[in-house]
Amino acid sequence: MRKRIAVGSALLAGAALLALLASGADAKVEGDTVVLGAAVSLTGKYSVNGKNTKDGYDLAVKRINEMGGVKVGGKAYQLKVLYYDDESTPARGAQLAERLIGQDGVKFLLGAYSSGLTKAIAPVTEKYKVPQVEGNGAARELFTQGYKYLFAVLSTSDYYLRDAVNLAAEVAKEHGRDPKTLKIAMAFENDPFSLDVRDGILEDARRYGMHVAVDDKLPPEINDMAATLTKVRALKPDMLLVSGHEKGATLLVRQTAEMKIDVPIVAATHCDSAKIAETMGKLAEGILCASQWDRKLTYKDKWFGSAEDYAQLFEKEFKYPAPYQAAESTASVLVFADAFARAGSFEPDKVRDAIASTDLMTFYGPIKFDATGKNVAKPMVLYQVRDGDYKVVAPTRWAEVKLVWPRKLPQ
Amino acid sequence: MDNLRLLIDAPLLGVQLLLDGILIGAIFALSAYGMALVWGVMGLINVAQGELVMLGGYAAFFLYRAGIHPLFAVPLAGAALFLFGWVLYRSVIFRVVDKDLFISILATFGLSILLQQLANTLFGADVRTAESGLGTLFLFGGAVTVSQIKLVAFAAALLTGAFLVLFLRRTRMGQAIRATAQNARAARVMGVDTGAVYAWTFALNAAICGASGALVAMTWVVHPYLGLPYTVRSFMIVIVAGMGNVAAVLGAALGLGAAENFAGFIFGAEYQAAFVFLLLVAILVWRRFWLARERKVLR
Repeated sequence: MRKRIAVGSALLAGAALLALLASGADAKVEGDTVVLGAAVSLTGKYSVNGKNTKDGYDLAVKRINEMGGVKVGGKAYQLKVLYYDDESTPARGAQLAERLIGQDGVKFLLGAYSSGLTKAIAPVTEKYKVPQVEGNGAARELFTQGYKYLFAVLSTSDYYLRDAVNLAAEVAKEHGRDPKTLKIAMAFENDPFSLDVRDGILEDARRYGMHVAVDDKLPPEINDMAATLTKVRALKPDMLLVSGHEKGATLLVRQTAEMKIDVPIVAATHCDSAKIAETMGKLAEGILCASQWDRKLTYKDKWFGSAEDYAQLFEKEFKYPAPYQAAESTASVLVFADAFARAGSFEPDKVRDAIASTDLMTFYGPIKFDATGKNVAKPMVLYQVRDGDYKVVAPTRWAEVKLVWPRKLPQ
Repeated sequence: MDNLRLLIDAPLLGVQLLLDGILIGAIFALSAYGMALVWGVMGLINVAQGELVMLGGYAAFFLYRAGIHPLFAVPLAGAALFLFGWVLYRSVIFRVVDKDLFISILATFGLSILLQQLANTLFGADVRTAESGLGTLFLFGGAVTVSQIKLVAFAAALLTGAFLVLFLRRTRMGQAIRATAQNARAARVMGVDTGAVYAWTFALNAAICGASGALVAMTWVVHPYLGLPYTVRSFMIVIVAGMGNVAAVLGAALGLGAAENFAGFIFGAEYQAAFVFLLLVAILVWRRFWLARERKVLR
C-alpha cells in the first residue's frame, strides 16, 4: 500500500514537473528576454552561408541588446535567438521549425539559408500562425503561395537582372536611342533560381518593347557556352545577360574574352561570389554583377550607422569581410525589433500586422513589404568590374562611379 | 528555325561551330581512350572516369597557383594521376577486376561519389580556372575565333592517341597489355604478370584523364561535380567506336563534339544534351540491325 502511494506521488510529481516545463515552454518571453528561433545550416552544403546567416543574426541581437533592447509596453526586453542545425536539408528544417514552435514555444522565427529550406519551413510557420522574417530565400514562388506570415527583406530572384535592363534603357535614352530598338541575348542555367531571373528580365523587356534575340537555357551539366556565344556574335545584341551561379559567371567571362564577343552591356548573377575580378583580372573588366547589398552604399540606420560602419563592425567581430548574406540576416532581426516596438505587444498576430506595415530604413536598405510579404523598397545593386575591383554603378542614385559604356573588350 | 536560317545566311557560323565542336570533341576523346583501354583490357566500366578528369583539373589548378605555367601542368597532372591511378588499383580496383560487371560498376560508382565529396571537402565548392595565357586566333577577318588552348588540347589528343598506339604495339608492357586483353588466362600461362598489367592499364588511364583534366581547367572551369558528363560521354564514344581502335575513338569523339555543338546552336542549349543521347540511341539501333545483317551473311 505504502509502495503504491509512493509510486502514485512520484507520478504526480512527474506530471507536475511536466506541466511546469510545458507552461515554461509556452512562454515566448522569458522574464525580460524575447526568444526568436532559427534553423540554420551549420553543417552540410550550405554550412558556409549558414554561418554567415547566424553571424548576421548574432550581430544584430548583440547590437540591439547593447542599445537597451526593445521597448514594449514601457519595459525593455533583451533579444535572444535559439538555434538548431538543419544540416542543409529542407526536411530537417521543417522538423526543426515544428520543434521550435511546438516544443520550445518560440513565437517568432528567423529564416534559414536558401530558398529550398525556406520553402520547407514557410508552411510550418503558416500553420501555427507564427511570423517569420527571412533574408536568404529569394525564390519568387515563395511569394505566390498566399503566405500571410512570411516576410523577406531581400529582393526576390526575378529582380536580380531587371536593373541591367533598366540601365540599358537609361543609357539608350541618353544616346538618343529608343529602348524599343534594343536587342537582348540571354542564357540561363536550367534551375528554378535562374528561371526566376529570366522571368524578371522578360517582364521588363516586354515593358520597354525590347526584342529578345537569344534565349538559351543551359543544362546544369554543360560546361561550355560556345554554341550560345556563336549565336550572340551573329546577332549583335545590345546586352548579354547570364544567370548560372558561379559556374555560369566564370564561363561567361572566360569565353566572351576568348571568343572576343563584343557586347556593350554584359551582366551576370553571382559574379562577385565567383570572384571574377579577383581571379580573372582584366578579362572581367567592364562586366556587370548583380548583388543584394554592398558596404559602399550610403544607407544609414540608428543601430549600425552606415553600411560601411556595419561592415567594419562585422569584420571586427567575426574576422572576415561582411558578405551580403550576413547583412540580410541582420536586417531581418532589425525588422522584428522595429515591429515589436510598434506593436507594443508580443502577441504573434499583432506583431505580424506590425511587420506587414513596416516602413524602415536600415543600413541594408529601405524595407517595406507588399501584400505578398516581399520587400519592394530595396533595389538590387549592380557592380561594374573596374581594374580588378567592383564599383557600384546602379541604381544611379547610390552609384559610386559612372557606368563605362559600351564595355571595352579586354585585349 | 530562325537559328537554322541564320546558319544558312552566315555559313561562317557553321565553320565556327564545326571548329569548336571538333576541338571540344578532342578533350572528350582523351577520357574516352582511357575508358576504352580499361574496358577492353580489364573488362571494367570505370564510372569514376569523370572524377579522374576532375582531379587532373585540380592538379593543374594548384600547379598553376604555385606559379607553374599550366601548359607544363598537363604532363605533371598526368604524372600525378598516374600515381593516383596506381594506388587506386592496388587498394580498390584489383578486388573487382575479375568479378561480375555490375560489381565493378557499383564499386567505381561508389568511388566517384567518394572522390566528388572528398574534393568538395578538401578543395571547396568554388569554381576555379587556370589561365593558359594563350591568345585567340582570328580567321576570316575575325568572324571565326579559335582559342589557342583548344588547339593545344586537340594536338594533345592526337599525340596521346599516337603515343597509345605506339606504346601498345612496340613496348614490352604494351604487348603484355594486348595479350592480357585477348586472353588473360593464356597470358598468365605464358608468364605475364597480369596484376602488373592491370595496374599499368588503370594508372595509364588515370594519367590520360589527368592530362585531359588539366586541359579542361584551362579551357573551361573546374569544380568538384564536373565529372559526370565526361564519364557519360566517354561511355558513349566507346559504345559507338568499339574498344580496339584508337582512331575510331578519336573520330567518334570529334564527330560527337561537332554534332553536339550544332544541336546546341540550332535547337537551343537546353536540347544539346538531349540531342546527343537521341543520337546514341539511333546509333545503337542502327548498329544492331547492321550487325544482324552481317551475322546473316556469315551464316
